[in-house]
Amino acid sequence: MLLEANNITFRYTEKSPLILRDVSINVAEGDRIGIVGPSGYGKSTLAKILAGYEKPTSGTVTLDGAPLPMKSFCPVQMIYQHPELAVNSRWKMAKTLNECWHPDDFFLEKMGIEKEWLKRWPSELSGGELQRFCIARALAPETKFLICDEISTMLDVITQAQVWNILLDTAKERNMGMVIITHNLALAKRVCTKIVKAQEL
Amino acid sequence: MKENILKIEDLVVAFSMYKSGTFKKEKLEVIHSLSLDVDAGEIVAVVGSSGSGKSILASAVLNLLPGNAVTGGKITYKGKEITKERQKELFGKEIAFIPQSVDYLDPLMKVGKQVQGVFGTDERRKELFSKYRLEEDTKNKYPFQLSGGMARRVLITGAVMGKPDLIIADEPTPGLDLEMAKETLDHLRSFADNGAAVLLITHDIDLALNVADRVAVFYAGTIVEVAPKSDFLAGKDALRHPYSKAFIDALPQNGFKPIPGSQPYAGSLPKGCLFLDRCPYKDDACTAEQAEREIRSGKVRCAHAS
Repeated sequence: MLLEANNITFRYTEKSPLILRDVSINVAEGDRIGIVGPSGYGKSTLAKILAGYEKPTSGTVTLDGAPLPMKSFCPVQMIYQHPELAVNSRWKMAKTLNECWHPDDFFLEKMGIEKEWLKRWPSELSGGELQRFCIARALAPETKFLICDEISTMLDVITQAQVWNILLDTAKERNMGMVIITHNLALAKRVCTKIVKAQEL
Repeated sequence: MKENILKIEDLVVAFSMYKSGTFKKEKLEVIHSLSLDVDAGEIVAVVGSSGSGKSILASAVLNLLPGNAVTGGKITYKGKEITKERQKELFGKEIAFIPQSVDYLDPLMKVGKQVQGVFGTDERRKELFSKYRLEEDTKNKYPFQLSGGMARRVLITGAVMGKPDLIIADEPTPGLDLEMAKETLDHLRSFADNGAAVLLITHDIDLALNVADRVAVFYAGTIVEVAPKSDFLAGKDALRHPYSKAFIDALPQNGFKPIPGSQPYAGSLPKGCLFLDRCPYKDDACTAEQAEREIRSGKVRCAHAS
């Protein structure tokens, strides 16, 4: 499968400045593309466009030549920087986790999610613990591409290494394509197959 | 011998809260017998996992803890204990706080007025704005109009308005890109070079190592190791505690190897060493309480450290 963004241009309103100008990027199965660079270059905006959460002002995002499905499960899934904002604070964790698929016990153990956490509210878990739920939720069997927007900046280094090792194992096992946005060049070098600078997009 | 600015001895912080489903209260101890000192001209970085109580340490020094907190131990500033009366004299003048985010500013007050505060002067504000490359018209903006980097510089100007001798910075770098994060830390370094003492709370150990003189590693509510920066730069063999070693090993530029498990919850801590469940070297000696020992010009809480 091939995820393609062709000549993407984006601005929030007609008066606001251009955030992305004529950006094209291709992600094939098994690719892990890192996007690094300073804030303000539209990295996160591009992530949202690739995952279908924002519509580009001009240009297209296609999956194997067809537009992203809007009415069924989207094979392109996104994980955000702030897990506490990506879960419903009025749902217990079990409901959030099973939102689109039902991970089995083996999978949960691999992700380091403890059974007891399923009964808790989001406010009763730390950022690292919540992020594991967000990752597990996005890793449905139908997921073919994963967009990761700064998913480990708020984690301490040990949790960061834990989370990335799980993600990389799964990505290799399923031959998923990934787009990884980060400020940390050392991390990008470690996990990506190719690194792109945001300034050169 | 440099002048000692901040000394924390055997600090204990506990929160009293209701047991779920009953009207009985219980105490949850989140910081246990913690000792740390910061001298003039020195940056001490406090690193550790999220939820280990780093920010509570800052709140304890600044007396910002919520009403249900119970504290024990002693915190002294320049050799004298910080009492209620001294707080008024010190906070905002000699002791300054750089908070995590603009959320700590008043959203309805213009930035210039907030930075100047009660004790500052307009001249000093102008001087600081030009020093930190903030345009003069920034003073008429509201906090929501600032970008991440500007907000950070505004918070710093606010903190150094009164030429403080002690600066406590709580996670000043997340969300900033590398350039800006480095710049922020360089500002802290220049305060220290001018004789101030800086307590830098962060989880970004590689950045902290650029500027800090000593590093204290926090785990589950206490400091497991204090070591000079050179030991961290030398790699894991120069470090004393297995948790600090694991920390270094997990960095992407090193092994990127995580250790399994997670930090114990404050309500159900193991007896003896707090790191017991995850430590690869554990044996019978670890089940006893771990006292702080001095080894090779650093301090460590581990029976096996050498």
